[in-house]
Amino acid sequence: MEGMAGQKSHLTWAVHISVALLVALWLFPTVGLLVSSFRTAEQISNSGWWSAFSAQKGQLPAIRISGDERQEDGLYVIDGNLFGTAETTLSAWGTSSREPEAYEPDTEVELKDGWVLGVASSGDFRLSAPQSFEGERLPRVFATATTPPEFTLENYGNVLFGTTAGAGVGQAFLNTLTVSIPATVIPILVAAFAAYALAWMEFPGRALLIAAVVALLVVPLQLALIPLLQLHNTIGIGKGYLGVWLAHTGFGLPLAIYLLRNYMVGLPKDIIENARVDGASDFQIFTKIVLPLSFPALASFAIFQFLWTWNDLLVALVFLGTDDDRLVLTARLVNLMGSRGGQWEILATSAFVSIVVPLVVFFAMQKYLVRGLLAGSVK
Amino acid sequence: MHPALQAVLTIVIGLGGCIGYFWFSNQLFDKVLFPARGPNIGRNIRRAEMIRPWLFLFPAIFALGLYLAYPVVATFWLSLTDRDQGGAFVGLANYQQMLREAKFWEAIRNNMLWLVVVPAASTAFGLLAAQLTDRISWGNIAKSLIFMPMAISFVGASVIWKLVYDFRPIGQEQIGILNAFWVWLGGEPQTWLTITPWNNFLLMVVLIWIQTGFAMVILGAALRGIPEETVEAAIVDGANPFQIFFKIKVPQIRSTIVVVWTTITLVVLKIFDIVLAMTNGQWQTQVLANYMYDKLFRAFDWGVGSAAAMVIMLLVSPILVWNVINARREMR
Repeated sequence: MEGMAGQKSHLTWAVHISVALLVALWLFPTVGLLVSSFRTAEQISNSGWWSAFSAQKGQLPAIRISGDERQEDGLYVIDGNLFGTAETTLSAWGTSSREPEAYEPDTEVELKDGWVLGVASSGDFRLSAPQSFEGERLPRVFATATTPPEFTLENYGNVLFGTTAGAGVGQAFLNTLTVSIPATVIPILVAAFAAYALAWMEFPGRALLIAAVVALLVVPLQLALIPLLQLHNTIGIGKGYLGVWLAHTGFGLPLAIYLLRNYMVGLPKDIIENARVDGASDFQIFTKIVLPLSFPALASFAIFQFLWTWNDLLVALVFLGTDDDRLVLTARLVNLMGSRGGQWEILATSAFVSIVVPLVVFFAMQKYLVRGLLAGSVK
Repeated sequence: MHPALQAVLTIVIGLGGCIGYFWFSNQLFDKVLFPARGPNIGRNIRRAEMIRPWLFLFPAIFALGLYLAYPVVATFWLSLTDRDQGGAFVGLANYQQMLREAKFWEAIRNNMLWLVVVPAASTAFGLLAAQLTDRISWGNIAKSLIFMPMAISFVGASVIWKLVYDFRPIGQEQIGILNAFWVWLGGEPQTWLTITPWNNFLLMVVLIWIQTGFAMVILGAALRGIPEETVEAAIVDGANPFQIFFKIKVPQIRSTIVVVWTTITLVVLKIFDIVLAMTNGQWQTQVLANYMYDKLFRAFDWGVGSAAAMVIMLLVSPILVWNVINARREMR
């Protein structure tokens, strides 16, 4: 393959460019969400996120002039700056919402009662009148200006700790954590014992059991919803965390057993035979030899199960219910999409809160994930 | 009790229970029931060896049976009963009712569309990405980034793509990249997700985006497993890179392609979250799993809902049989 690349260097360039394009295409949507989560509601609805990094020209919300008046040459004067930052540049302004771009910067305009207002391109303004402003409503300025890129962490504060904006996302985060950790830990041990039996113990019906596990691997969990909900209601679990944990455990077991068995079968036969000859029982062989050696497979499954339970919507909706204080992140997101469809600052931030944990797990443990995928499907 | 505390307690009880069960049952076996000493030592060891596998397997078999095998039967039975008549047996009435509903046929049609497009596109993109990234120095980083959507939930992905498809009325700045691009090309902004039948494809894009990384990882490993000699021989014979790829490499990894294809097919058959989150089946985008969810938890019609679940089961079963046959062949 190297020979090929060496022979045709123009092709190598084509490969580099195509891969760069492909990666950009795949990354673009996620980056959009991430960038949006750091912008204010105004910025999001005024311009696409891809322009967030360049200076923005746009109409600012109306600014009401304020300040202390002073006397100067027999006139009452208020002056100051419209903008908080120095980098904002005014390109047009007006005093009515119907004509927001009526005047150029650095022009002086006469308003009612002899008031004179002048706005410079830097945003400096000067309002003067022959009589005091005391008790008067000062004019509003509509400014069209170029503002530098600006990012904020405010959305995250609102969504995680606020009471109105993204109400319940912080709670939902805890709920998701509460669902996924036990649902990841419990199936591992149960599956490991079963996998050992299926890999290293001789008994009639073993092949049949393995076939059954492979078959159950693909049974859609849609079939399990109603019967299990009825079962949970009958035995008194009802809708709640216990039900979700049990359901996730049941649904995760086929993959766990399958992955672990495939891995354990590949362990060196000598070690296990030798231990048997030395008089070790199956229980000892399992706990002292097979379990420690199977760590990579255990890790693979744990990552799968964690990602799956963290990202799951259906099982949580059905077995945990739709009470407001019990919603997991995915369910909360679906609700937000319905109720706050246009408020991208809340949606984007909530969505990012929900995907950040899986992403961290993914990048930290990618090796095990890939290994698990390969063991799970190529065999 | 606070749920977090309950979670910790569950982990302790669950794990402790498992460890306790396995340890005590084995102890009971070795020390009390079938001790490996005394007059019956031979018989005892033989019996212990016969029963012990089932000791190891019991919790798993119990959970699998209760949570996966039993529901298949129970759902089938539910699909033959009517909830409003107190669970009376009604034969195939639910299926007949389902077959009369336009929404069901819409779901079937869309599911078939998904079945064709998503596995094909994901596998093709995955194969392309695997082949291209295999040759370059920063291939692993590229792979990581293409693989990344795999970690994102379907709902999270739906939010991400809903921003891409966002619509603002004409005259306003478009904040969705698709409309921004469309307007830049000279078109009028569109509410993409309401335009039948294209909205279906826009939903599929989300799943293709997620599944391509999976296909790439599996196919990449298979490509690397191809014997060098076959490729070298082709180079010597003067084959160009495209011929090498399509005539030498692809045929050698055909079985892996089939595995990837069927795995993605299984995901597609159960697709639910994306449709629920983005359109909830409106504008002719219904799919089977969402149709079933509608029936079960919005209309509370367990009969028809279960019938729809059985249809999904029916569609899955060829793959189930094929997987079992393959697994058995490998074990020989």
